[in-house]
Amino acid sequence: MTEVTGYGPRDWGSHPPYIHPEYKSTPLRGPTKPLIPLKATLSELTGPVYGHESVGRLDADLTKNGARNGEPLGERIVVTGRVLDERGRPVPDTLIEVWQANAAGRYVHVIDQHAAPLDPNFFGGGRCVTDSEGRYRFYTVKPGAYPWGNHHNAWRPNHIHFSLFGPSYLTRLVTQMYFPGDPLLDLDPILLGTPEKARDRLVAKFSLDVTEPEFALGYVFDIVLRGTIMTPMEG
Amino acid sequence: MNDTLGQTPSQTVGPYFAYGLTPQQYGYPLKEIAGGCLADDAAEGERIRIEGRVFDGTGKPVPDAMIEIWQADAQGRYAHPADPRGSNTGFRGFGRFGTGTDPDNRFVFDTVKPGAIGDGQAPHVNVVVFMRGLLVHAFTRLYFSDEAAANAADPVLATVPEDRRRTLIAARHDGSTGVVYRFDIHMQGDDETVFFDA
Repeated sequence: MTEVTGYGPRDWGSHPPYIHPEYKSTPLRGPTKPLIPLKATLSELTGPVYGHESVGRLDADLTKNGARNGEPLGERIVVTGRVLDERGRPVPDTLIEVWQANAAGRYVHVIDQHAAPLDPNFFGGGRCVTDSEGRYRFYTVKPGAYPWGNHHNAWRPNHIHFSLFGPSYLTRLVTQMYFPGDPLLDLDPILLGTPEKARDRLVAKFSLDVTEPEFALGYVFDIVLRGTIMTPMEG
Repeated sequence: MNDTLGQTPSQTVGPYFAYGLTPQQYGYPLKEIAGGCLADDAAEGERIRIEGRVFDGTGKPVPDAMIEIWQADAQGRYAHPADPRGSNTGFRGFGRFGTGTDPDNRFVFDTVKPGAIGDGQAPHVNVVVFMRGLLVHAFTRLYFSDEAAANAADPVLATVPEDRRRTLIAARHDGSTGVVYRFDIHMQGDDETVFFDA
């Protein structure tokens, strides 16, 4: 018999640092003192549990959950993938929350004042849950790029925000999915703050197999969360 | 190990998380999974409010942070399968609040005071900080000012340099509207909150 006694450490070689000066909000917001190591206790081995009951009927279809009188404008896409741990084991029944700009690069959020149109048929927030094999799937439209004030002529690449819980407090992940072939990827201080070896993990792959004929382009985005450490139980 | 997959890197939650993660709090038409109220009428235990602000390196309150809390119930039990004792009915122990709706940019949680979980740790609330400009979420913990003896014996607090432990202690105020614990989070500066590599 074994039991979960911890999770692999946050791999700081894969995550961005707290302070990345080219992303100008970080120097005044990232912690500056060394983190204090914390050995996992029951507080960390547990975590919020949200599953299928937290997903509404249209939540996994962003082309429908904000529609008022028609379809949202833009390129319809389907995004799917697996949530796995570091050893490749599926993470089943875990909630994924997503939010994104519309096809014109405008967020519904009231503080987004970018002079691009809102789409009356697109809200941009949704959620889904992984199945027993860790698979998830949602429909949306491809988000547009948009300018941000980080530096002169700064544009965020097309991206979708992802938030996941995984099985414990320690597997929490908030990240962004980017699109292959986007010329803005090489110019984005947020993506470039990520260690080079790990950047590709944030870029979805186009898939003709996932693409649905006459309907939607398909993208695959697999997500890897921290894996468990198992220890034999005593006695 | 060669057969391990690389972790998906963290990215900032950005400035526009509210309609995806805290939609009802901000008035957007999507049901939220969790908000600032953790304790419904059925929850057992002492009712408390936790409130505070997040300050950046210039000492300004951050208007676009999101705080998540995860805690045990009043009997010290977590609503999660890894805690075989299980939480009492109706207390899920998870809350989320964005700092953009309060005029003073506070986060506010109405909850119950957690009990000690029974492994020697003092009662505490697990806290996660997200915001634009934070590329990786930051883990911290909230302890209670009226638990001095338990705090003194807490094995996690014992790993924190003594002069920084105060950054993890929420101050209790017994007011006419109830018990409020104040817990400000300082990202930087002399009062920089202790963050954990959990």
